[in-house]
Amino acid sequence: MTVILSQSFTGISIGAVLLLIALGLSLTFGQMGVINMAHGEFIMAGAYTVYLLQGPISSAGVSLLLALPVAFLVAGAMGALLEWLLIRRLYARPLDTLLVTWGISLMLQQLARDLFGAPNVHAEAPGWLSGRITLFGGDDPLTLPHARLFILALALSAVVVLTLVLRRTPLGRRIRAVVQHRDLAEASGIATARVDRITFFIGSGLAGLAGVALTLVGPIGPTMGTNVIIDAFLVIVVGGIGQLRGAVVAAFALGVLQAVMEYSTTVSVARVTVLIAIVAFLQWRPQGIHTLRTRSLA
Amino acid sequence: MPRSRGSRRLRTALALFAAVLLTACGARTGEYTPTGSAAEVDTSGDTVKVGLLNSLSGTMAISEVTVRDALMLAIDEINAEGGVLGKQIEPVSEDGASDWPTFAEKSEKLIQQDGVAAVFGCWTSASRKAVLPVFERHDALLFYPVQYEGLEQSPNIFYTGATTNQQIVPALDYLREVEDVQSLYLVGSDYVFPRIANRVIRAYAEEHGIEILGEDYAPLGATEFATIANKVEAAGADAVFNTLNGDSNVSFFREYRAFGLTAETMPVLSVSIAEEEVRGIGAETLEGQLTSWNYYQTTEGATNERFVAAYQERYGSDRPTSDPMEAAYTSVHLWAAMVEKAGSFDVADVRAAADGITFDAPEGTVTVDGATQHIHKTNRIGRIGADGLITEVWRSEEPIRPDPFLRAYDWARGLSAGEAP
Amino acid sequence: MTDLLTRRRALIGYAAAAVLLFALAPLVLSDFRLGQFSRYLCFAIVAVGISLAWGRGGMLVLGQGLFFGLGGYAMAMHMKLADAGDGGLPDFMLLYGTAEALPWWWEPFRSPVVALAAVLLLPMGLAAVIGWFVFRRRVRGAYFAILSQALAAAFAILLIGQQTTTGGANGLTDFQGFFGYSLLDPANRRTVYFVIAGTLLALMLLTRQLFRSRYGELLVAVRDSEERVRFLGYDPALVKLAAYVLSAGMAGIAGALFVPAVGIISPALIGIVPSIQFVIGAAIGGRASIAGAVIGAVAVAWAQTTLSEEFPSAWTYFQGGLFVLVIAFLPGGIASLWHLAARRRPRTETVMAA
Repeated sequence: MTVILSQSFTGISIGAVLLLIALGLSLTFGQMGVINMAHGEFIMAGAYTVYLLQGPISSAGVSLLLALPVAFLVAGAMGALLEWLLIRRLYARPLDTLLVTWGISLMLQQLARDLFGAPNVHAEAPGWLSGRITLFGGDDPLTLPHARLFILALALSAVVVLTLVLRRTPLGRRIRAVVQHRDLAEASGIATARVDRITFFIGSGLAGLAGVALTLVGPIGPTMGTNVIIDAFLVIVVGGIGQLRGAVVAAFALGVLQAVMEYSTTVSVARVTVLIAIVAFLQWRPQGIHTLRTRSLA
Repeated sequence: MPRSRGSRRLRTALALFAAVLLTACGARTGEYTPTGSAAEVDTSGDTVKVGLLNSLSGTMAISEVTVRDALMLAIDEINAEGGVLGKQIEPVSEDGASDWPTFAEKSEKLIQQDGVAAVFGCWTSASRKAVLPVFERHDALLFYPVQYEGLEQSPNIFYTGATTNQQIVPALDYLREVEDVQSLYLVGSDYVFPRIANRVIRAYAEEHGIEILGEDYAPLGATEFATIANKVEAAGADAVFNTLNGDSNVSFFREYRAFGLTAETMPVLSVSIAEEEVRGIGAETLEGQLTSWNYYQTTEGATNERFVAAYQERYGSDRPTSDPMEAAYTSVHLWAAMVEKAGSFDVADVRAAADGITFDAPEGTVTVDGATQHIHKTNRIGRIGADGLITEVWRSEEPIRPDPFLRAYDWARGLSAGEAP
Repeated sequence: MTDLLTRRRALIGYAAAAVLLFALAPLVLSDFRLGQFSRYLCFAIVAVGISLAWGRGGMLVLGQGLFFGLGGYAMAMHMKLADAGDGGLPDFMLLYGTAEALPWWWEPFRSPVVALAAVLLLPMGLAAVIGWFVFRRRVRGAYFAILSQALAAAFAILLIGQQTTTGGANGLTDFQGFFGYSLLDPANRRTVYFVIAGTLLALMLLTRQLFRSRYGELLVAVRDSEERVRFLGYDPALVKLAAYVLSAGMAGIAGALFVPAVGIISPALIGIVPSIQFVIGAAIGGRASIAGAVIGAVAVAWAQTTLSEEFPSAWTYFQGGLFVLVIAFLPGGIASLWHLAARRRPRTETVMAA
């Protein structure tokens, strides 16, 4: 019984990781239509930020919390720079952004290798995140690791804040206006190029946050981005381009499906099943869970 | 009429093509015998070239870059003492890029274009299997420095890492005899080494009455281990035998600890985690867990002290040494000793001189077994400490004779249907 | 007039390519470099298919590794069984003692005819099934690209997971013969090169005919405005499907020829990374032109070899930089340079296709 419960929790926590890595993409890919393959390397930049901050700041807890805003800024700045240098020239060719950013991703990986060495580096997890909550004491308790709960909380708060920004702030209104009708937005006096850059900054910054969270569950290394990038895109594709809600539902659905399949079969079979299920799902709903009329991607 | 024009052109092309093919056909399968040695070792100058074939980019760079560093150290040492047969060694480094066809291509380049006397490198079994036909075709030499799954013996490869009976089997002996383990859970990455290792473990377990409570594989590079940790916890085995590779170990051990499993409650014995990996995973996560290797940075002896000092002086005092690095370092010295004994760089001569070559390696004196082209190695079970170093808690009484096909073990009969001659 | 001119120029171009491939390359290149060149030409065959599906059809086929792998494995399975002899098991099954008998789905590949048919039919059949559903449902653009990637990734994971019957992560390697001819003999390896070069030229000519046919026009029309073609009474899904299936077939052929040329097929050649590399070659050369795609594929592979030999630890910077510069600032690829030099607008308005 507790196995089922703990496996459900595992599914939700896999979903939370998926949500975090995909959240930034819901802006850059979902709203702006940019297929940024270097998103994974922005995640990597966030993770290396944790590692770097642990040098001067000995307390793992302080450095982790401090890493959240710093990683957001670092990855965001990288994103804004990328947008300014390259992507703004490619808005008319969305599929080409995929190839260009792939080249960027190769270079950033090599850069990480040269800066931090090819082997993985290690960032200590703070003590208060290495414990666990135990429910239903007795022989067969349900274990909820603190790190997983932290990631879940981080993912959900990021969603809430992002929703508020998009819905309630003037900036959010401008972002949505540009997405829905660029020309009209421009005509109403919005500096669309600036909005594009800010949107890209926020989306990339969220990748940095995801990177901080990933240091709690996985390695920090030059190839960590490539491991997660496709999953992140799949979440957005399943969720439906242009909708935050869709990404949230998709992330948790995929997480739970993965966890259930992994438990009853093997990890490989689970991966294949999830991928095939996604392809089949898109037959049923080609535009994902939630659809919104937006700048066409075709 | 573009269409008819096109098909006429196509017909002409096909006829031409068939004619070319008929004139270009060579020997039938099995009828071809290479005329002379295809590999020409270039010994004309004052130097002799050797190839270093490691992944410097891609997912495997994590591990293989350190091997390249150790190889360079050994080459410089030999050069400082006058080289081999009076010639300085000139390393030619190539990037395998974590891609098996690239390994095959680069090895061919090293052998054919550069005329190297020997190649040092490869890490994964897949890369070794990919280059093996190339080395056999050109009758060239590869020195392979990583522990592997055994069941292989090529006249063109010298294996300086452990085979199964120098790493897996002693580890099982240790778990059974010292830790009194009655049941095991097997966790591994999804590739050749873990799958073969686990078949060996199952055969051993059946013979010795150890229960295998589960066997799980994760794709290489997988970083989501909550489910596997959940399964392991639910199974409640006495110990876990871990053949995960690289990145996955970080996630696995984090998750393992998050579920409250420790070295005291359920020890994990790993065969792919060395000092370099401990540094990436974090000693606090691994403290107390077990490993099985032939060498640790802490291994006692003056030779190892010199090796560690030389390595850290060159690459930084925070860089640990590890078993594959030591095996790589040793492999260059062994090759040099073979060449000196043979008095020639010729592959056939080197191979003939190999049997009985010894070298005072950091892990202790190693001896080449000419029949299998593996080396005699001492097994060491280690415990990971809070400082990230691994200390020996048990070791085999003497260097173990390599037995890649496990012929000396009755329980291993039938593991491999096809045995190399 | 113009048509005649371009046709004559194309004829000269193909003749020059034939001389280069069949006479010049075998004369100047060493056995080793010729072997490498065979590999580049296999990628070029994939690129021809990509220029059809993507350049003309507008479908960003990011999962060509899947079809390349199907063709490659079909050929490799046959070669393994031929090496094993009558009733024998492939060496890796024997060595790891994992299979007592040959799995049923290996059995048909003993026959060279079945294997050759499978090289074409497996990729094309699978592409037909995928394409039928995907294009019916009007999945396109980024969705289609990412979906292709997911399929390629799933196939690679599947192959790795079935180690006992597929060779797992190692893939299939160490082949002795190719339809009875020893692959150890340099003369036969040279023949394999000729087969590949000939196949490439034939497929380029065929694709060129296709581009110039009514179907070619229709395909471009679908790419540029699917709705308009629909209103004209054509079914855009079928038009796209045909291009997709053909490009899958070409990737399959390339995979099959890759095996005797390079001597290995493994899941590493199938997943996401190789699939993107295939597309990048075509994009750098010029996706809409056959010659451009072919030159791009060869150039990228050649650059990769040369750069990694010269700068083993830093070549990925150059490679990444090359991708970025060419694709961002030269959307028509290398082929458009030629047009620029000739001070002539591209014959078709295709360079901006996405």
